[in-house]
Amino acid sequence: MAAATALEEAAAPLDALCGLVQDFVMGQQEGPADQVAADVKSGVYTVLQVVEALGSSLENPEPRTRARGIQLLSRVLLQCHSLLLEKEVVHLILFYENRLKDHHLVIPSVLQGLRALSLSVALPPGLAVSVLKAIFQEVHVQSLLQVDRHTVFSIITNFMRSREEELKGLGADFTFGFIQVMDGEKDPRNLLVAFRIVHDLISKDYSLGPFVEELFEVTSCYFPIDFTPPPNDPYGIQRDDLILSLRAVLASTPRFAEFLLPLLIEKVDSEILSAKLDSLQTLNACCSVYGQKELKDFLPSLWASIRREVFQTASERVEAEGLAALHSLTACLSCSVLRADAEDLLDSFLSNILQDCRHHLCEPDMKLVWPSAKLLQAAAGASARACEHITSTVLPLLLEQFHKHSQSNQRRTILEMILGFLKLQQKWSYEDKDERPLTRFKDQLCSLVFMALTDPSTQLQLVGIRTLTVLGSQPDLLSSGDLELAVGHLYRLSFLEEDSESWVAALEASGTLTTLYPGAFSSHLLPKLAKELHKGKSDVAREDGLMKCSRHFCCLQALSAISTHPSIVRETLPLLLQRLCQANKGNVVTESSEVIAICQSLQQVAEKCQQDPESYWYFHETAIPCLFGLAVQASMPEKESSVLRKVLLEDEVLAALASVIGTATTHLSPELAAQSVTCIVPLFLDGNTSFLPENSFPSRFQPFQDGSSAQRRLVALLTAFVCSLPRNVEIPQLNQLMRELLEQSCCHSCPFASTAAAKCFAGLLNKQPPGQQLDEFLQLAVDTVETGLASGSSRNQAFVLLLWVTKALVLRYHPLSACLTTRLMGLLSDPELGPAAADGFSLLMSDCTDVLTRAGHADVRIMFRQRFFTDNVPALVQGFHAAPQDVKPNYLKGLSHVLNRLPKPVLLPELPTLLSLLLEALSCHDSVVQLSTLSCLQPLLLESPQIMSLHIDTLVTKFLTLSSSHSMAVRIAALQCMHALTRLPAPVLLPYKSQVIRALAKPLDDKKRLVRKEAVSARGEWFLLGSPGS
Amino acid sequence: MVGGGEGGGRVGLLENANPLIYERSGERPVTAGEEDEQVPDSIDAREIFDLIRSINDPEHPLTLEELNVVEQVRIQVSDPESTVAVAFTPTIPHCSMATLIGLSIKVKLLRSLPQRFKMDVHITPGTHASEHAVNKQLADKERVAAALENTHLLEVVNQCLSARS
Repeated sequence: MAAATALEEAAAPLDALCGLVQDFVMGQQEGPADQVAADVKSGVYTVLQVVEALGSSLENPEPRTRARGIQLLSRVLLQCHSLLLEKEVVHLILFYENRLKDHHLVIPSVLQGLRALSLSVALPPGLAVSVLKAIFQEVHVQSLLQVDRHTVFSIITNFMRSREEELKGLGADFTFGFIQVMDGEKDPRNLLVAFRIVHDLISKDYSLGPFVEELFEVTSCYFPIDFTPPPNDPYGIQRDDLILSLRAVLASTPRFAEFLLPLLIEKVDSEILSAKLDSLQTLNACCSVYGQKELKDFLPSLWASIRREVFQTASERVEAEGLAALHSLTACLSCSVLRADAEDLLDSFLSNILQDCRHHLCEPDMKLVWPSAKLLQAAAGASARACEHITSTVLPLLLEQFHKHSQSNQRRTILEMILGFLKLQQKWSYEDKDERPLTRFKDQLCSLVFMALTDPSTQLQLVGIRTLTVLGSQPDLLSSGDLELAVGHLYRLSFLEEDSESWVAALEASGTLTTLYPGAFSSHLLPKLAKELHKGKSDVAREDGLMKCSRHFCCLQALSAISTHPSIVRETLPLLLQRLCQANKGNVVTESSEVIAICQSLQQVAEKCQQDPESYWYFHETAIPCLFGLAVQASMPEKESSVLRKVLLEDEVLAALASVIGTATTHLSPELAAQSVTCIVPLFLDGNTSFLPENSFPSRFQPFQDGSSAQRRLVALLTAFVCSLPRNVEIPQLNQLMRELLEQSCCHSCPFASTAAAKCFAGLLNKQPPGQQLDEFLQLAVDTVETGLASGSSRNQAFVLLLWVTKALVLRYHPLSACLTTRLMGLLSDPELGPAAADGFSLLMSDCTDVLTRAGHADVRIMFRQRFFTDNVPALVQGFHAAPQDVKPNYLKGLSHVLNRLPKPVLLPELPTLLSLLLEALSCHDSVVQLSTLSCLQPLLLESPQIMSLHIDTLVTKFLTLSSSHSMAVRIAALQCMHALTRLPAPVLLPYKSQVIRALAKPLDDKKRLVRKEAVSARGEWFLLGSPGS
Repeated sequence: MVGGGEGGGRVGLLENANPLIYERSGERPVTAGEEDEQVPDSIDAREIFDLIRSINDPEHPLTLEELNVVEQVRIQVSDPESTVAVAFTPTIPHCSMATLIGLSIKVKLLRSLPQRFKMDVHITPGTHASEHAVNKQLADKERVAAALENTHLLEVVNQCLSARS
């Protein structure tokens, strides 16, 4: 009984199997195949049992039934090939190989089975070869369907991956067999696999035997690839995929060279742009595996083709690819290993190029100079030898041509070419000084550059300056005499009209060359600049005021420009500081603009020092005490009231000083910063002046304790310093400092000082780590703000403090920021502070330059604007709708500021919901609101023309009205919107065409050129609407 | 005649590969004065040149500036007197497109300048075989208006005036 049950249990799954097989083979159901495979995988029955169950259907006389039977077996094998034993594999292979001779209906399933077996690890040696032989012999692959051809390629790929040695044993027969399989393939999916196989055949060194040319033919017949993927192609094969994989095959071996190069030449000469590009790129790829031997016979034709493409270029891409190919060819010829008896082709190739190009360089009409120069430079850039060969011929020629031509623009062209060749020299380093090809031409080059620098043409001067920089960067080329002359020229150019291009370029060149030749600049330029600076002081009366001022300015700019080397900084910084001290001495009339100019120079020097910690610390250690010293001295009450001293206390001058201090502090290391902070905070809190260079003052320095308003103003300098410190620097007496700052921020006698204190407080708050102390500071701040807002006299100050504290918290995503923002929004309806609150949103959203900056180590989250937008815009919109008519503009303005500062891609999806508000805002009379609204609508017109079409009437009317606004920026924006309107569907626009064209005639006569420009382009587009040819 | 024009065009194309001769000028730099609301900027030769330099040649994918057909020095303009005179230089003396180029320039100016301007578009003296006849056509208001009634001509002119893609 028990035995019977066991038998039954064993028989039950087999019965089930038979049922499943029956359903699949006869019942034509697809489901059972997966069921059987799953059962085999889970061990319910073996592959052998499946074969047995299939039994007769595998030998059924009806081919469709046989095919179905084999299909089931193959599908099972595809999922279970890893379970097969060696013995099973041998039998299955024999079976399948035999079936290859069967009816054509059966073949697809047989191939599937073989593919499954090709994946089996149990495949014994020898069978892979036998399978492939059988396929090559029995199957005419190209008459199969695409999927089945793909299966054949997969079988080959699988065997090549796992049975490389065995397949190599087949010798060239394998290659030949594959060629037959591939011959005539047209489907891009199969081609990608086939190209991969050919590439492997070559790169893994399979024997190609006598079939090299056949293999080349069977692949190169696709070159150049001409394939456009069908729309909605699910396979996602791109033209470039095919191009690149074919190129990998063609350029994989020098053995193809004799067949490929003629083909490439033929295709470069064709009329089709893509064929030219592909051929040149393939040639370029070939050069990395070819040698002189392969290229030898084809060099003249290749050169002729490339030359023609570059000379007669119709497309910049073809030109660029042609030059790149020439570069690679030359590089290939330069580095090929030669046999002892072979001639070096590089020389003859380069001579050919030179022969064809040099006469163009000398033609008086200069028609083909640029293409020729580009060709020569492409070749010269390939190797040191090529560079020397070409430069030694071309440079003398160009030097001669420069003197032959007399016009500045012709000379400029020639000098630009020379510059190109000089730049190439920098790619190669020469060990021996005499080997350097430039040494011979140095004197001529220098005199030519100096001629260019004295030419009246700015363009020629500019090229001259660039050439001088390149010559200077050649090691050991220029003599000290040359350098002295060069420095002299740069000195002269530094006093050209400011803002001219040559002036900017000369300063930049001075900076670059100073890093290389600090000695020359220190001995030849600095004394002259120092004298000039000094002269500016003493010759006031004699010189025309404007002239002196601008020479002085140039001098300051030159000083900061050359502060690129630490040794120079040690000379320029004292000069600048000394100049500032003189300005403070009070025996000269010093304009605030001059002090500001000095500060700007100091700041530039500090920026240049930021890369070098030692210089930077030198700057900080020297400049900071000096600047604070000067400011403190200026703030001292004096008996004889000197107007001059007070220059240093003007708003703009203090701001300039503050930005020097900030720039000189941000890059300090925490240790050095900590050292500095222990001097500066006590200066302000305790009046400790001991670290200042001159510290005998008539009275104490007490900016916080009822000091004079002059002393209070200096808090701006403290702000610049402490708000630029790294976040982990501990600030001494922080608690006291914060309280003093809060107190001063509400002091209404001097808005400058109170704002500076508010900013300082906010800056410190932003960097304060979370914790009890931060909460205390926040509580104090909120109390101060509320008390201030409730009082009458210091409401403005309290508002400014609220604004800065809110900003500090918004930037760091502090939870309290929401509450403060709501408070700020409440102020929008305040009759007194409303407009200021609206403008405050601009401050919240914008990047500050002095405090709360990323450069100053503030905690600024990258998405703070987006977050602010999401959190607050709904409330603003709601507030707008609820607000009484007279304060609505405040809400609109606040909203405008938020929208304006948001990145456009973030804004665009949100705008449709705000559209009705925006349309309403167009009627607002505030130009800030108008401008911001227009700048929101403009991208919306481009992106969502359908939605905007609904409002065409309002849009046209409003835009046209705003195009005669009194504000230029609004007029421009309105006209840009008129232009963007043309993107709307033509049927919507055409009814307005004649009205708009008439209306736009008026801004064509606007007094501002920038407005006219927009009017012209908008009107031009409207003319084209619905007109033929547009 | 058309064949001749094309042949000439190809030579022109080749010449223009050379940036020395027909370099494209960059955007006009914006000066501080131009940004000042109060200062009026008068219409000058560069402004007129900027209007017409980007007109496409009817035959080539190049602008009139690149082909050196128009140059800033050949533009005379007086804002107070409301006059502008543009001389253009066909690429070759027998260029069949001269009238069409002149027409395009004229239409561009008509669309872009205030109505008060009196404009004169003509061929640079001595650069075209039938200079006189072309100038006469371009100066004739009725002929210009009639030409723009012609759908085919308007289409070509509009193509010349469309922004390059």
